[in-house]
Amino acid sequence: MKCAFVTVGTTSFDDLIACVSAPDSLQKIESLGYNRLILQIGRGTVVPEPFSTESFTLDVYRYKDSLKEDIRKADLVISHAGAGSCLEALEKGKPLVVVINEKLMNNHQLELAKQLHKEGHLFYCTCSTLPGLLQSMDLSTLKCYPPGQPEKFSAFLDKVVGLQK
Amino acid sequence: MRRFSALMCVLILAAAAGAVAAFLILRIWVVLRSRDFMPRESLSILVVAGSGGHTTEILRLLGSLSNAYSPRHYVIADTDEMSANKINSFELDRADRDPSNMYTKYYIHRIPRSREVRQSWPSTVFTTLHSMWLSFPLIHQVKPDLVLCNGPGTCVPICVSALLLGILGIKKVIIVYVESVCRVETLSLSGKILFHLSDYFIVQWPALKEKYPKSVYLGRIV
Repeated sequence: MKCAFVTVGTTSFDDLIACVSAPDSLQKIESLGYNRLILQIGRGTVVPEPFSTESFTLDVYRYKDSLKEDIRKADLVISHAGAGSCLEALEKGKPLVVVINEKLMNNHQLELAKQLHKEGHLFYCTCSTLPGLLQSMDLSTLKCYPPGQPEKFSAFLDKVVGLQK
Repeated sequence: MRRFSALMCVLILAAAAGAVAAFLILRIWVVLRSRDFMPRESLSILVVAGSGGHTTEILRLLGSLSNAYSPRHYVIADTDEMSANKINSFELDRADRDPSNMYTKYYIHRIPRSREVRQSWPSTVFTTLHSMWLSFPLIHQVKPDLVLCNGPGTCVPICVSALLLGILGIKKVIIVYVESVCRVETLSLSGKILFHLSDYFIVQWPALKEKYPKSVYLGRIV
């Protein structure tokens, strides 16, 4: 039972939700071997109707206290480019496709997606190129993501504020 | 005779204004330059939690800090319930994992947002001024030893208020800014402003360290 999880974090990303829940997208996702699609829609105004057939289930919700479970169960994560969402998926070792929201100011999120793509950790695209990417991508080429090291921050800060013994 | 005394008044006022301005500039220069290094056992910390990923990132940073950093004061935007929940979970988790920590108090303060996502820039000036008006009393009341922030608009009025405490000779507050991991090549707007006003400006990618040599680069820390 392969599951794809779409997340927009705390934002609203109607274009992505609309794109991914369109009938031909759903068909494509099913044809790629997924029989469950979960949409976490955040503040969005596009609210697709959940449904369940013999071969395919669509779940829709706005928020949960923690997305850990849904990420854990997913075989593919499709996410907006927010750092929190991306890092959560990457740290759980999940294949990640990042969709850039072209309507955001300066589109700063693109920087992180590009960098992590350069390092081989994810694929990225826009809403219009998402269907094509889903079709053509090879998830086995993705590399494992090394976690960040906050202990370096604490060591640095302890030293400069005079806490180090 | 009247014209002469009027001229004198203007000159005296101008001289007074000049003196005040010079004094302020000197104070700003002194505050920005001073590195507060004194050995200590603990320090109170004010943490600015912006929405969504900002809060996630900052809690990861806080998670690595010892209990010497307490009490912890969190500042969130008044419309941000999600961050309040994340903070409460974080603090509960922390108390659970370390029983000796159980009585560390933490506080959540709310201020109006400086700018909503996609808000127009002219109206942003007004909402930012409004935030400043409310941030300063908060900073003045809390008088933290250190302010930690990572980029949401909410942090600019807070940091400016902290700076003001130093300029007015009330207290020197250490301002630590960690640019979000999202920022690989360019700084955020808050980053650009606070680069000049913070004591420690931390970036997480080498391209930024190259562009801003005075920043601190420790690798990816979240």
